[in-house]
Amino acid sequence: MPEGIRDKAVILGMGCAKFGERWDAGPEELMLEAFTEAIDDAGIERDQIDAAWFGVFYDEQSVGKSALPLSIALRLPNVPVSRVENLCATGSEALRGAVYAVASGACDFALALGMEKLKDVGYAGLPERSKGSFDDLYVPSYTAPGAFAQLASAYAARTGIEMDDLKRAMAHVSWKSHQNGALNPKAHLQREITMEQALNAPTVAYPLGLYDCCGVSDGAACAIVTTPELARSLGRKDLVAIKALQLAVSNGAEAGHSSWDGSYSLTTRIAAKRAYAEADITDPREELDLIEVHDCFSITELIVMEDLGLSEQGEAPKDVLDGVFDRDGKVPCQVDGGLKCFGHPIGASGLRMAYEIYLQLLGRAGDRQLASPTVGLTHNLGGIPNRSVASVSVFGLTH
Amino acid sequence: MTERGILAFGGYIPRLRLRRETIADALAWINPGLKTQARGERSTCAWDEDSLTMAVEAARDCRLDDLDAPDNLVLASTTLPFADRDNAAVVTEALDLPEHINTLDVSSSQRAGTSALANALNAATGSSLVIASDCRETCPASPLEMQTGHGAATMLVGEGKQLLAHCLGHRAVSRDLVDHYRSRSGRFDYTLEDRWVRDEGFFKIIPETVSALLQELGVKPDVIDHTILPAPARVAKRLCKILGLNDSGLADDLAASCGHTGAAHPLLLLAATLEQAKPGAKILLVGFGQGADAILFETTKQIENYQPHLGVAGYLQRRHEESNYVRYLSHRGLLAVNRGNRAEFDNRAALKTFYRKRDMVTGFKGGRCESCGTVQFPRAAMCVNPECRAADTQKPISLSGLNGRVKSFTEDWLAATPNPPLQYGNIELEGGANIMMEITDCEPGTLKVGTVVDMRFRIKAVDEKRDFTRYFWKPSPVEEQ
Repeated sequence: MPEGIRDKAVILGMGCAKFGERWDAGPEELMLEAFTEAIDDAGIERDQIDAAWFGVFYDEQSVGKSALPLSIALRLPNVPVSRVENLCATGSEALRGAVYAVASGACDFALALGMEKLKDVGYAGLPERSKGSFDDLYVPSYTAPGAFAQLASAYAARTGIEMDDLKRAMAHVSWKSHQNGALNPKAHLQREITMEQALNAPTVAYPLGLYDCCGVSDGAACAIVTTPELARSLGRKDLVAIKALQLAVSNGAEAGHSSWDGSYSLTTRIAAKRAYAEADITDPREELDLIEVHDCFSITELIVMEDLGLSEQGEAPKDVLDGVFDRDGKVPCQVDGGLKCFGHPIGASGLRMAYEIYLQLLGRAGDRQLASPTVGLTHNLGGIPNRSVASVSVFGLTH
Repeated sequence: MTERGILAFGGYIPRLRLRRETIADALAWINPGLKTQARGERSTCAWDEDSLTMAVEAARDCRLDDLDAPDNLVLASTTLPFADRDNAAVVTEALDLPEHINTLDVSSSQRAGTSALANALNAATGSSLVIASDCRETCPASPLEMQTGHGAATMLVGEGKQLLAHCLGHRAVSRDLVDHYRSRSGRFDYTLEDRWVRDEGFFKIIPETVSALLQELGVKPDVIDHTILPAPARVAKRLCKILGLNDSGLADDLAASCGHTGAAHPLLLLAATLEQAKPGAKILLVGFGQGADAILFETTKQIENYQPHLGVAGYLQRRHEESNYVRYLSHRGLLAVNRGNRAEFDNRAALKTFYRKRDMVTGFKGGRCESCGTVQFPRAAMCVNPECRAADTQKPISLSGLNGRVKSFTEDWLAATPNPPLQYGNIELEGGANIMMEITDCEPGTLKVGTVVDMRFRIKAVDEKRDFTRYFWKPSPVEEQ
């Protein structure tokens, strides 16, 4: 067994651009906004950065390929910069690169920055893209909401819940995130909604209505990581340490094998199991103080509560409706508004989640600050449930 | 009596039916006379069907799996999607027939179906799968919009003890009577006055052809049990009188339920007749178009032991009304509607990838792992079973004939499709292959987890920029018969 990543890296500084329809800002401005906050927070010089990882998903829509856009935008001192892309887990992938770099001793300070400029595409929703030359020949021309919406029918069939009851739980998921987003000045959507609004919204992809879908946003988020020793040598006392960074990638079984019934995220289950082992978490519901999960759609957040071991099988709708994941509940989820309301600039999202955990653990979350949390989890689910990239990361406060 | 005849037959009529009253209601403002024709209904292709997909379905209807592969595959149609790409070769691959068979497209006349059938019957040896399919485009408010329908039929021609019907003889007349025409670049038929066509065409050419055949065979017209005439009912009755045929044996021309399916129609009516025919029945089949074909058949005892999958009768029952004339126009490409920016996506087909993978794409062949038995799609180097994952163990296996069950589904209003919502879901096929597939011939609000589906060969996408249509298989709910 490898010894893993636990406590080998800490976050020295983080930054996050205002998410939303940033008609005023291009990719460079978004990157700079996140970076400036992060480097000021870290208290180091730009030229102390030894290497950087740049996460962007839709390169063809904004900056083009490679890591050059980041290096040029920040005028980095010709250090190694790698562009990473792993669907909606891209931001977490960038962080993983930077954390591995400092954990290995190859770098003292490493930068991870995720950015997405989606709103220049010219129409609402995510851009259409080729699914690959062979896949285009037989895979339906699905959209993200449609691909995730299928979870609901399979989940209802598996658990026997009535679709109307499931929809009410899904509406609560979105209602709760809108409540939280209203407290977050950087969130894309800062308006509360009612349960009725959520339930009566037009259908996007059955059974998902408009409010079951997250925002499509511009944004960027950034982390600067180092070793615990270096952080302490810079005078830091409260440190946000990486407790686990796990990634599980489908090998085709869900899409192509009868062992998957379409109602859950297999990769999330696998990544969570590994992450809990790495972070030494045995009872996540008791030990996690807050979580930021991949709520691209309300149904995703709901089923993921079971895949992360926070709800018993078939109990997620009840837990959701009981407020277990509300900001004043047992395991506050999406206290920053989540993908739903903070927004979902794909390449930035994993780092945006880490940003919220970082602020919360350090007590810097302003109006939405929770009472002294010490352990937080982030979760990304890239791709579609049929074939996905799931990341589960655990962050902990150490003194 | 020749040694050759029909070994199997099948038919296909698209599920969508447009009531003629729906057409008349939309168009009476331009031609109040349409109201007088507003009886019954016509068949119309779904947006993802054309003469090629219908041909595949008609061939599948004749229980190909139970039969030896034919030596020839002949596809007759005036509306094949490709003017220069062997359409019959696409059908051959979709049907998973061997490569060494001869393929041939026959076109350019309403008589294409009967001429192709006659050629197969007149051949010295070999079996031929003769498929006739037509999906004529018709101008809104034209008489043809009312009169025509879409459909396809198949006759497997060969010899031997299994013949369902012997061919007693064939007679052809070729005469360039331009009752209508469609030029190479033309979209719609240009039609001449029907009274002239009736008097100079139907009433002269058909009697000449049929009389010559019956005389040659020494068959008296009054012993013929079934007569199939490609003419309007009144004209057909009159022809019976002219020829001395018993008009009670006149086959239902399906005008009320389907409409005239062009080059496919004589074969479609023949299939419908064979479904009902008793042993020893004499069937006269006539094709008309720049002359005529007349073919006389006599059924054998084997006819009692054969039924196609659904047959014409079954497909007539597999029906859904297209109640929206504007949607019909849009799906036939006769009305441009705004399909949103998302539809601007470039649907260029990767034809080199397609060539390598075409047995999976056109033939819907997956893989079966020889090590663990898991059936999967796509076929790959490594087995998809997480407990197996063995390398190079997969043998091709045909999936097109299997039913499946819906594991999960959605109705996607965001996805670009000519017929929103795009319905798709994870499907588990009999034998265990799992695939996320687009679902067709299915009304929103009807899908359930557990819905049983069968597989249909359909248009996957159209690259409008390059005028290229590509195909794949789609599940469709199996309706209660």
